[in-house]
Amino acid sequence: MTHVKTLNKANLKESCAKGGCGECQASCQSACKTSCTVANQKCENPNR
Amino acid sequence: MIHKYFQNGYYIVLDVNSGAVHVVDELFYNMLDHVSEDLAEECPEEIVRAFSDRWSEEEIRSTYAEMVSLKKEGQLFSADDYAQFADMMVSSPIKALCLNIAHDCNLRCEYCFAGKGDYCQGRMLMTEEVGKAAIDYLLHYSQGRHNLEVDFFGGEPTINFDVVKKVVEYARSKEKEYDKKFRFTITTNGLLLNDDMIDFINKEMYNVVCSTDGRKEVNDRVRARVDGSGCYDAIIPHFQELVRKRENSEYPENWQYYVRGTFTKYNKDFGEDVLHMNSLGFDQISIEPVVADPKQPYALTYEDLPEVFEEYDRLSKIMIEKQKSGKGFNFYHFMIDLDQGPCAIKRLRGCGCGNEYVAITPDGDVYPCHQFVGHEEWKMGNVFDLSINKEMKDNFARATVYHKPKCQDCWAKFYCSGGCNANNWQYMGNVLDSFDLACEMEKKRLECAIMIQAALAE
Repeated sequence: MTHVKTLNKANLKESCAKGGCGECQASCQSACKTSCTVANQKCENPNR
Repeated sequence: MIHKYFQNGYYIVLDVNSGAVHVVDELFYNMLDHVSEDLAEECPEEIVRAFSDRWSEEEIRSTYAEMVSLKKEGQLFSADDYAQFADMMVSSPIKALCLNIAHDCNLRCEYCFAGKGDYCQGRMLMTEEVGKAAIDYLLHYSQGRHNLEVDFFGGEPTINFDVVKKVVEYARSKEKEYDKKFRFTITTNGLLLNDDMIDFINKEMYNVVCSTDGRKEVNDRVRARVDGSGCYDAIIPHFQELVRKRENSEYPENWQYYVRGTFTKYNKDFGEDVLHMNSLGFDQISIEPVVADPKQPYALTYEDLPEVFEEYDRLSKIMIEKQKSGKGFNFYHFMIDLDQGPCAIKRLRGCGCGNEYVAITPDGDVYPCHQFVGHEEWKMGNVFDLSINKEMKDNFARATVYHKPKCQDCWAKFYCSGGCNANNWQYMGNVLDSFDLACEMEKKRLECAIMIQAALAE
């Protein structure tokens, strides 16, 4: 591609296959406590 | 659905449903205004005509072909397939507690959401008995989860630190029997921190949130002691000592900390507070907009947004420069992992309050989160009788981006995951009605975070 540079693997759809394990951090427990951002959290599923 | 924006010289296109992030050229960026999601295989003649004044026909056709190619690869105009997972977390275990170990505080911060520490319920400390019962409550409701979180919160938890220690000891004693891993965190204003507390925190706490607002004059204006005097001079050396010891501790798994502040209408140049924190030796920093009744003098309102956005822009450029010169630091709201972030299922419902995450008061009452505490209608159980309002829990489980009308057409829904339910209720009157002011700032932060990734990928 000469007009586009894609920054990531775009795997959001694939993430559902083994997703929803719930082992990740509750997002509000990390640093915010008043505003919710989820995309900056890490997936903690070793099988993903 | 796509979202495109131009910032700091970068033409950025997000494909919302796949999560793909593209940096494109000007022609590609402008061409997107002329196409619909059902992209034709061949470049329409009207598109060639629309751009032929500045670009050659060959360039126009090759750009269009790349657009078609991206769509075929599922990275542009991809479909939303996630509604099928919307109910997946209903009846999920509870995995995280906000343990309000002290409904009392030794500061009187002007903007405190917790009634200056007592949540308007009277000053009170949690007993060891309640703390242990809260751990039992979590163990009872967390079947199927290995990692559990307990945040010692307040008020100010160091006021009641003996109970913090006893609760940690009790929980650790249960880990093996229940096959659990407790991750403790603590949120402190730093005033009472001493060597004993610091050593205990660095040994036991996975994360520490150190509350300060940045520059001395900014901090002391709103973060005052009971007698009205500022706290900056007392707390900063405590936080520096905590972080110094933490970075050299024998428990490297407990590396995480945040120096975390709140910005208000008084310091819309909050980027200076971020940089000030960094100059003090801290490299894990979070500063967030105050959430407050618009009648309060410190409250941020819609008219403040242009200045706030400009400051986020300025801060993001400074952070790129610092990162490229090897002096980078983390700003919590600009952190984003485009590849290994949470799964789409997690992204449907955000923090999990009232469902996977609850707050416990010194009385042992259970609320959906710390921000609902003190509002009796939101009490959903008590740790001593192991009660839980199942209907309320299920309603929170279903508070997904598919149930929040304003999220339906919002490009940021899989990044913010529907925002803060408590803020929605407090300022819009309904958990499902997104608080627009917070949404606007969240979207701006996300744009900055992604732009930074584009700049660092060069």
